[in-house]
Amino acid sequence: MIADKTTLWTVILLLGAGTFLIRYSFLGMLGGRKLPEWVLIHLRYVGVAVLPALVAPLVVWPAATQGHMDPARLAAALAALAVGMWRNSAIAAILAGMAVLYALQALL
Amino acid sequence: MSGSNPKSAYWAGFRNGAPFVLVVVPFALLFGVVATKAGLNLVETMTMTIAVIAGAAQFTALSLMQEHAPTFIVLATALAVNLRMAMYSAALVPHVGTAPRWQRMLMAYFLVDQVFAVSIARFDQRPDMTTAEKTAFYFGAASPIVPLWYLFSWVGAVAGTAIPASYSLDFAVPITFIALVGPMLRSLPHIVAAVVSITASLFLAGLPYSLGVILAALVAMVIGAQTDMWLARRKGGAG
Repeated sequence: MIADKTTLWTVILLLGAGTFLIRYSFLGMLGGRKLPEWVLIHLRYVGVAVLPALVAPLVVWPAATQGHMDPARLAAALAALAVGMWRNSAIAAILAGMAVLYALQALL
Repeated sequence: MSGSNPKSAYWAGFRNGAPFVLVVVPFALLFGVVATKAGLNLVETMTMTIAVIAGAAQFTALSLMQEHAPTFIVLATALAVNLRMAMYSAALVPHVGTAPRWQRMLMAYFLVDQVFAVSIARFDQRPDMTTAEKTAFYFGAASPIVPLWYLFSWVGAVAGTAIPASYSLDFAVPITFIALVGPMLRSLPHIVAAVVSITASLFLAGLPYSLGVILAALVAMVIGAQTDMWLARRKGGAG
């Protein structure tokens, strides 16, 4: 239980303000200024650089299995990736991933 | 053709954002339930969810406060989880940097993973879109996602019933992120960046405060860009 309301409200308000400042940082400061070509090339890879890094530990060491590798979750992740690349569709990837997860959990 | 003016760009964004309702709903429900269990009342839960709209950081902050971590550590860790959004913010500049300030502020507030990924994928595929069309597409993508994030946090907090663990909704979050990445892997440098990102993040997983994720992302971004420039030079040399 979180009993200390002062800490709670401090965290809620400062986390909200801090998160906004992080999100607004470059959009706010740079505005319409032209970025150098080499910076633009780097920015092209932000999405594929951040999201897999965020996901990989969650897939390999899931919290729900106390960090033990889980064949059903690994297979579900691979299915979502393969279907996402093949069909070029996020929704197909989500459905495939959850379907494989439920099927393997029922079987194993 | 769709995307040829701001209005149709808005609806194209809406359609591309809509599938993520499937993951936002359970994630938001889960937050409402977990926050209520942690002792937050309805006003506290909703203020947090509206002020922050970043599920991963909200869960991080809740769990650290339950462990009675110092306020400074709670904030530093939860903000570190959100640092990736600075990179998103920079990546949006070439596309919507010339939009009016109030629109950029609103875009910053809506800058969540799904809205960013859906928008950047479209902007890369259609470089001829105008700034107004890109802005409209972005708000379109946010429209089905953000209100449902609020609504289902509220439902979770009010209903308060735990979702049965057998639904494995914990895994809806990684599955969404993977679903966002799959369609992005359309060139060699993108694939190289993703492989580096996964490898580095697993090696650096032991670092505190999500620093491993930030470092892995920086390394992957640089290597992806280097591969891009190397391919361009090779092509230039051969031609």
